[in-house]
Amino acid sequence: MKIPKTYKLFIGGKFPRTESGRILEIRDAQGQLIANTARASRKDFRESVVAARKAAGGWADATAYLKGQIFYRIAEVLQGRRAQFVEELSGQGVEDAGADVDAAIDLLVHYAGWSDKFQALFSSVNPVASSHFNFSAPSPTGVVGVIAPSAPGLAGLVSALAPVIVGGNSCVALSTLSAISFAEVLATSDVPAGVVNLLTGDRAELIPEFAKHMDVNALLLCSDDSADQRLAELEAAENLKRVSVQADGVLVPSPYHILDFQEVKTTWHPVGV
Amino acid sequence: MSSHDFILGSYAPAPESTDHFSLKKSYDLFIGGKWIKAATQFETINPATDEVIATVGLAGKREVNLAVKAARKAYDSVWSKMPAAERGKYLFRIARLLQERAREFAVVESMDGGKPIRESRDIDIPLAAAHFFYHAGWADKLAYAFPGARPTPVGVVGQVIPWNFPLLMAAWKIAPALACGNTVVLKPAETTPLTALKLAELFEDAGLPAGVVNIVTGAGETGQTLVEHPDVDKVAFTGSTAVGKAIRRSLAGTGKRFTLELGGKAANIVFEDAAINEAVEGIVNGIFFNQGHVCCAGSRLFVQESVADKVIRKLQKRMETLIVGDPLDKNTDIGAINSPEQLARIKALVNAGEQEGACLWQPEGTLPCKGNWFKPTLFTGCAQSHRIVQEEIFGPVLAIQTFRTPQEAITKANNTPYGLSGGVWTDKGSKIFKMTTSLNAGVVWANTFNKFDPASPFGGYKESGMGREGGLQGLSAYCNLEL
Repeated sequence: MKIPKTYKLFIGGKFPRTESGRILEIRDAQGQLIANTARASRKDFRESVVAARKAAGGWADATAYLKGQIFYRIAEVLQGRRAQFVEELSGQGVEDAGADVDAAIDLLVHYAGWSDKFQALFSSVNPVASSHFNFSAPSPTGVVGVIAPSAPGLAGLVSALAPVIVGGNSCVALSTLSAISFAEVLATSDVPAGVVNLLTGDRAELIPEFAKHMDVNALLLCSDDSADQRLAELEAAENLKRVSVQADGVLVPSPYHILDFQEVKTTWHPVGV
Repeated sequence: MSSHDFILGSYAPAPESTDHFSLKKSYDLFIGGKWIKAATQFETINPATDEVIATVGLAGKREVNLAVKAARKAYDSVWSKMPAAERGKYLFRIARLLQERAREFAVVESMDGGKPIRESRDIDIPLAAAHFFYHAGWADKLAYAFPGARPTPVGVVGQVIPWNFPLLMAAWKIAPALACGNTVVLKPAETTPLTALKLAELFEDAGLPAGVVNIVTGAGETGQTLVEHPDVDKVAFTGSTAVGKAIRRSLAGTGKRFTLELGGKAANIVFEDAAINEAVEGIVNGIFFNQGHVCCAGSRLFVQESVADKVIRKLQKRMETLIVGDPLDKNTDIGAINSPEQLARIKALVNAGEQEGACLWQPEGTLPCKGNWFKPTLFTGCAQSHRIVQEEIFGPVLAIQTFRTPQEAITKANNTPYGLSGGVWTDKGSKIFKMTTSLNAGVVWANTFNKFDPASPFGGYKESGMGREGGLQGLSAYCNLEL
């Protein structure tokens, strides 16, 4: 007899149940139960933000080389569990689940390489007209909320998470069933606890919470719904969150997605003896 | 008014002359290359004398509409079609014309806004010209600025600027917008419209095609009309965080691009191993430059405990030599507070500082009777929770706190919703980099303060704004990128 998995949440490196005790049923096309996923509450989200904030400084300070290696490690572990994800995603009706998992692995490898390159690409030494050494370089924005693509699949989630995390931010992401299995990959890939926190739940309920939280610095919203966008941008105004709105699908990889969650810092120092 | 009411008898008056140019009695709106009379006018007043300098047009919905239409027409028919190198030549020409008329612009800036002539002459006007000159060169090189992406203009840009650096802010906004191929509707601040209008005259002299830049003067309502205009593709705003948030809300869901340069509460951190005399000069420049009407002003001073008494003593001694008075006098260090409203805000916060238990110190001396003035002020005994530590005062008021360890300084410095700028004073290189990388601020000055350059990006973290202005990184504010 098969032993089905209990899908919980992923907060601060642990797998807690939702404090709310609520579930969302996921059923296949025949109406057969696949899983009861946790329907995360506002409180779960807020606890995730606390975990993400706690992890943010250490992750931002980790060397780019280390971040790149951890990203590559995630890809390795995911490759090792490819069959599991193909089966799980196929069960949820994902067409060509193999291609989806392969795309997710490729995205991780791609962004692993960006970890120690985007800074140089977007930095500058500025020729100011005074006797100063002046340079500008990107630094991570902080804690980023991610409303991942709504359809089941891994590539969409990874395409949204990877540019946020590789840039040294920590995040809380709202995603779908397989995100919780992906959390098992993250948990065994040397990603520090709290850097990625993954929730499942109701988008309409949680998008406003992501947008209004005062200790979230930025929001990546994957949505084609203009009402979502308007609501999120209105709520985000209170602490001037940076908001990037992307289509509800797999994001084409680009260093500019990394830059969306970076702040440029400029440093001046006099030159002289 | 004698020029040294504050420090009597120290220096002979050295007023800048005002007879080498003439100001008009009234200025209209600059729309579509023409001067358009508005239905109503308002007065712009010299804050050092309370005298009316001129009247300017108050742009309403109709005028803003006309201006946006003119900008759209200029974008579609001329500016977006012009070879980029030609666009650049107009900007070079504007930079040159501004350099030629720098003296006149400096005097008008000091008359209209109250800032010392030494600052408008040596900083505001030369930097404004430098912004045009710098961005002129970008016009035909944008393809190199965005690796792997293709930049295109955004379209019509609506820009709203503050009263603390009137011409410089106009240049910060207009120069990159035009270089990147956009057309502009600019709204100067209500209390300082003159140099932007004179800049429009200079655009005429430069032969800039009609409608490429339109100047609509007015107050908050005019700015709001511009920001919310449906045919504006991008909004650029410099001003208070409260208004910035309101603008962000009004743009929610519209898909309009925007950049915001908002308030600040910069920490200026002095370590015991700093060159103390230089640090004291840096503290003075950090908070008293432009009467403290500076979003990146070093308004929170953190001094390491072991040198706190020494630094404060030297600072007070230095503050006793600051000359407060006639903005047009070349000896003046601190000019007039920009408006009665701003003076009232400063006074209210200073009162709150005293009521909450901080200890106020000001140098001796009397202030001029007419006009808006405030003495350079420092507070000791400040707590992190005091309003004078948390809120932007935008005046010559410094709140001093002490610290023991670098970590304590970092924690206190970052404990604010703002994140525009910061300062660090120490002779130890590794400590500088530890501090500058740990401060959550967009611009960090180490062993210097309040330096600006068109090649150097400027802008804030957190609630100090979004986006950068100036330098390579500032260009993306005025380009759409095709990835």
